[in-house]
Amino acid sequence: MTTHRVWKLGADIDTDVLAPGHAMKHGIDKIATFCLESVRPEFATQVQPGDVIVAGPNFGIGSSREQAAAVLVKLGVVAVIAPSFSGLYFRNAFNVGLLLLTCPDADRLQEAEGITLDTKNLTVISSTGKRLSCEPIPAFLLDMVRSGGLMNQLRIRFGKEPVQ
Amino acid sequence: MSTSTPVAQTLAQKLIARAAGRENVAVGEIVNCQVDLAMFHDSSGPRRLKPMLEELGAQIWDKSRVVLVMDHYVPERDDESRKIVRIARDWAREQDLPHVYDGQGICHVVVPQHGHIRSGMFCVGGDSHSPTGGAFGAYMFGIGSTEMLGVVVTGEIWLRVPHTLQMHWLGELQKGVTAKDMMLHMIGRFGMNGGQYQAVEFCGPAVKALSMQERMTLSNMSAELGAQVGLIAPDEVTAAWLQAAGAPTPDTSDWHTDEGAALTRHEFDAGTLTPYVAAPHSPANADVVGRYSGTRVDVAYIGACTGAKLDDLRAAAEVLRGQRVAPGVRLMVAPASQKDQAAAREEGVLQVLLDAGAELFPTACGACAGYGETMGDNTTVISSTARNFKGRMGSATAQVYLASPYTVAASALRGVITDPREVLA
Repeated sequence: MTTHRVWKLGADIDTDVLAPGHAMKHGIDKIATFCLESVRPEFATQVQPGDVIVAGPNFGIGSSREQAAAVLVKLGVVAVIAPSFSGLYFRNAFNVGLLLLTCPDADRLQEAEGITLDTKNLTVISSTGKRLSCEPIPAFLLDMVRSGGLMNQLRIRFGKEPVQ
Repeated sequence: MSTSTPVAQTLAQKLIARAAGRENVAVGEIVNCQVDLAMFHDSSGPRRLKPMLEELGAQIWDKSRVVLVMDHYVPERDDESRKIVRIARDWAREQDLPHVYDGQGICHVVVPQHGHIRSGMFCVGGDSHSPTGGAFGAYMFGIGSTEMLGVVVTGEIWLRVPHTLQMHWLGELQKGVTAKDMMLHMIGRFGMNGGQYQAVEFCGPAVKALSMQERMTLSNMSAELGAQVGLIAPDEVTAAWLQAAGAPTPDTSDWHTDEGAALTRHEFDAGTLTPYVAAPHSPANADVVGRYSGTRVDVAYIGACTGAKLDDLRAAAEVLRGQRVAPGVRLMVAPASQKDQAAAREEGVLQVLLDAGAELFPTACGACAGYGETMGDNTTVISSTARNFKGRMGSATAQVYLASPYTVAASALRGVITDPREVLA
């Protein structure tokens, strides 16, 4: 299975930290360069496709701006693992194709460790082999993420080609 | 022959059941709802929806159910904001949208003020403060732009039927204590995700005694409580306000929580509530005003859908009547809507604020969301807005305290964070 590098963040990471207000007038490529600038200034330049974020409780609180989830997709982050998420952020993330795993024991994962994701069983496996189970996700939301988000599902519905 | 016992339902369940075309719905089940109203603004709306709609070759499902409000990037200050607003204006014309409010004020205030929200409706908004509509007994919540696209092309949206957290407020608020203080108290107690994306319902005699706009403040800040919606059962106050706003006479009788419905209830005593202040950098960092009294402020900001409606401007004027703000303090006032600004002018409330030294800013989201004239480095701000996240209102070194308009005005008057009851006494 693919190994994913962990970026560990604290509690209450809000939408304004993920997609700052001053950048919101720009497109997603530009907003992504400011992602997490006030808490992890090196993140936007050093994150690699395939990395994951492990955070504390209440990830994504704040605004309805879905760019706060889309920036992570843009930067290649494949999942956010946290004990709890803002409900509005949760919807937005799946809509833009970002997997969120609600994992009560997320805190047991370490900065920079390589973890694997068993998305079929919604389990996170740490570098030392610890298996951390995550809360169930409705099947239609998992389908949405696998499709690359709601827009791709709508593309299919309206007879267009989905975008990878 | 069998007779089925009616199932006791919460207000949230009843509103969802109607929109889902069901007799009743159970907490936890996922249902599809028909949307009565979709609201979005210049930031979340056209600039995102237009290209996606064009790519799909899809049409808006029902233009009469769509309301567009230009409030985030107006007035335009640079090339990017001019472009965003131009896209919104051009698209509104192209689509021949029947309900467009441009520069009229902030969506959460403008939309109900023009009679678009009524008790019993099921609505979505492209903004996190959309729960404001819950004050009218409508099920209204915020969604992102891609999900809004889904609504705009199908007229439907899914949701998981929420559990209800009832916030029951007994007693009577003291003079100078407001809905904003009630919210800061609750957010401080439960945290920014304490609502767990469930339905919060505000009730009890202290809620019933609130004006319509004060009720809007409660529902508005349900977002900071992490609830999906913040509902208030409509009553004669709601009906009178909606009628004045031009909404067809609402039937408010069905829209309440049944006796015996399963819910979690929290009780509060309004009589012992003091003014509250949330310190940087979270609305959950809230405590009684006394804890922060004496903190020097540079800017006092009265603005946003949360804190610059007519009732908020009236509260500030009550404190500032015949007085001037402390030397060196900048009092900034950005009324929530043109209607509220006009009413404040008519009543003399606006003149009181101007005489006290207030600078008047456009009726738009402004500095609350980091647009317009924002807060500079190391500025200490006391603000009637909803969020004080680090950097939200401008510089990351700005220190933003949240409070009621009474407390903001009293603090402007003395130049330090002040309990407004000392000034009003």
